Amino acid sequence: MHFAFTEDQLAITDAARTMLIDTCTSADLRKQLESVEARDAGRWDTIRDMGLLGLMAPEAVGGLGMGMTDLVGIAEAAGYVALPEPLVELAGVTIPLLAELSDNRGWLDRAIAGEFVAVGHRVNSFVADADQAGALLLGHGDELHLVERGAVTLVRQESFDALRRLFKVEWTPAAATLVGQEWGQTAERGALLAAAQMIGIGQRCIDMAVDYAKDRTQFGKPIGSYQAVKHLVANAQVAIEFARPVVHAAAAELPLGTIASRARIAHAKIAAGEAADLAARTAVQVFGAMGITREADVHVFLKRALALKNAWGTAAVHTRTVMERMTDQRTGPDATFASELAAVS
Amino acid sequence: MNLSYTPEQRAFRQEVRDWMEANVPSGPLPSFDLTREGFEAHRDWERKLNQGRWGMVTWPEELGGRGLDLIRWLIFEEEYYRANAPTRVNQNGIFLLGPTMMEFGTDEQKARFLPAMAAGDIIWAQAWSEPGAGSDLAGVRSTCTRDGDEYVLNGQKIWSSRAVFADWAFGLFREPGSERHKGMSLILFPLDAPGVTRRPIERMDGEQVFAEIFLDNVRVPVADRLGGEGEGWKVCMATAGFERGLLLRSPARYQVAAQRLIALYERHKDNLPASVGERVAKSWMDADAYALAIYAMCSRLASGGTIGPESSTNKIFWSELDVALHQTAMDILGDRAELMASAPDAGDVEGWLDGYIFALAGPIYAGSNEIQRNIIAERMLGMPRA
Repeated sequence: MHFAFTEDQLAITDAARTMLIDTCTSADLRKQLESVEARDAGRWDTIRDMGLLGLMAPEAVGGLGMGMTDLVGIAEAAGYVALPEPLVELAGVTIPLLAELSDNRGWLDRAIAGEFVAVGHRVNSFVADADQAGALLLGHGDELHLVERGAVTLVRQESFDALRRLFKVEWTPAAATLVGQEWGQTAERGALLAAAQMIGIGQRCIDMAVDYAKDRTQFGKPIGSYQAVKHLVANAQVAIEFARPVVHAAAAELPLGTIASRARIAHAKIAAGEAADLAARTAVQVFGAMGITREADVHVFLKRALALKNAWGTAAVHTRTVMERMTDQRTGPDATFASELAAVS
Repeated sequence: MNLSYTPEQRAFRQEVRDWMEANVPSGPLPSFDLTREGFEAHRDWERKLNQGRWGMVTWPEELGGRGLDLIRWLIFEEEYYRANAPTRVNQNGIFLLGPTMMEFGTDEQKARFLPAMAAGDIIWAQAWSEPGAGSDLAGVRSTCTRDGDEYVLNGQKIWSSRAVFADWAFGLFREPGSERHKGMSLILFPLDAPGVTRRPIERMDGEQVFAEIFLDNVRVPVADRLGGEGEGWKVCMATAGFERGLLLRSPARYQVAAQRLIALYERHKDNLPASVGERVAKSWMDADAYALAIYAMCSRLASGGTIGPESSTNKIFWSELDVALHQTAMDILGDRAELMASAPDAGDVEGWLDGYIFALAGPIYAGSNEIQRNIIAERMLGMPRA
């Protein structure tokens, strides 16, 4: 039993976080919002060159052969900078799914090299970044199809997070596009990584609120010196502190694939969603009127939090999973970890 | 990261479980806050624990412990709460003063007090708060006047848990004329010393959970000061960290409460709206989240980390979770929630009302949650002091 990241994991996460903070600044995001460019080509190249996309791909195909506990901290960092590019989805959802296919038709290599493959899982109504994709993994009943971008029609669904690109995909399944019958743990990976990003978003909202509250003066003092403001921010930090370990445990337990590990992911998604939502609304309140403008950065994070809170399963959906595990399986102090329940699930 | 127990950890859990099954009293002991008899029954339980070397498993063997790591301490606590074993009457001693003494005590003090603490021979009360110094602890006015090899203690302490029947207290006193954080010392004194008067204070349920302590020229040897003269504030802050963080409130306590709540809900769910089920699930998730946070903290400590301001986030989280959990239970019980267990039709009200009253104190003791929020804002996040 050791619930902490390894030195190597911390080092990789730290390197990725530093790169993301340096290349995805507030000014960069503003520029991208104005240009309505889906990608910053230079940043995407850097992400690819660091090997982050193939983090979870097998070593045999040029990946790093790592797992979800290696990616989860990077996903937090991606949330912290509101990264517009689909690093997390490609590295943590698409590539593991492609790697599980008996025939990925060359798309695994192309994805590791930075070409995007979109995922249209039935838990989501829309497909993110489909216009940026060379191919799409789509469901038809229980079937999994790998469809080239040219064979589908995309209908843009404008999100109020202008950096998110959502599409309804119109397509026709064919025998030639059928690649499997199993989505595996795609939905779990998607939910967990959305949760991890929301931890980062929430922490960024708190950090922005703290910086603003130190700077903004009213009644002759920084507003951050008033308890009413401090306590708002502290409450949001408490929510983050008790969502983060759930997200980390969910990453470690995901491979078990049991009802207990699925319930942990559901818990992580619910708790991170609530924490990010609270932190974002707290930042709006601390910024005052500035908080509801486009002039402050808060809106970028509030919008992303709202989007991710409902992507990959709403709180209502995940609560059902939690209650199923709570009522069908052992609870109590000797049943904290999914590993204690794996045998009987 | 490895979230499964080793075979040795599993074997340890089984060893604790077996001992608890063989030794935990079958029914609840009488309250330690109501009668001397109840207090002594809990002291006997402490002695029994110590004889089995289960008094404080993280302590070194020469002090009656087993020298175990923090993960094993968590496992021990999980089995302790799982077995519904008696509440630790000496928690002020073993969880607060003990760790403080290991950090700041002299060898002579450790030898004299720690084995007696582990054995239940000395049950401790905390004597910090005063009528004029609660959240603002640096405002204490009780004095320690040096007189050769002795201190003469004078003043008034309040909200001292267990002090009605406890044997000794550890108190915060200041040199006459000193101000605020300077000139304070932490001094140990027997509660039956000449000049000490105790006045029990009844909680709203009638239990005498705390006392006022009046000190009138109480003489204690200088050797019974813990830590340096005038360094009392530093010593107290270390104790407060233990109190808010890891040691006072084991996650297992809330996980067992959540388990009882789930059972209560299962019995009544046919008559309850789905929203109640979601509140039950929320309490269960929160209890597990607290457990995960503590496992993560213990793992970090094992790798050489320290406890920082997260003891304040912990304190807010467990105290609010406890209130919410009991509120849900009260709502499930409906119009029976107000019944005492002695009422003929009380049914399964069990201890929920007592638990609720106790939970209400959680956001107040060990540093009110408002103070904890200030600590988080100022020390963790760097917001400006008022």
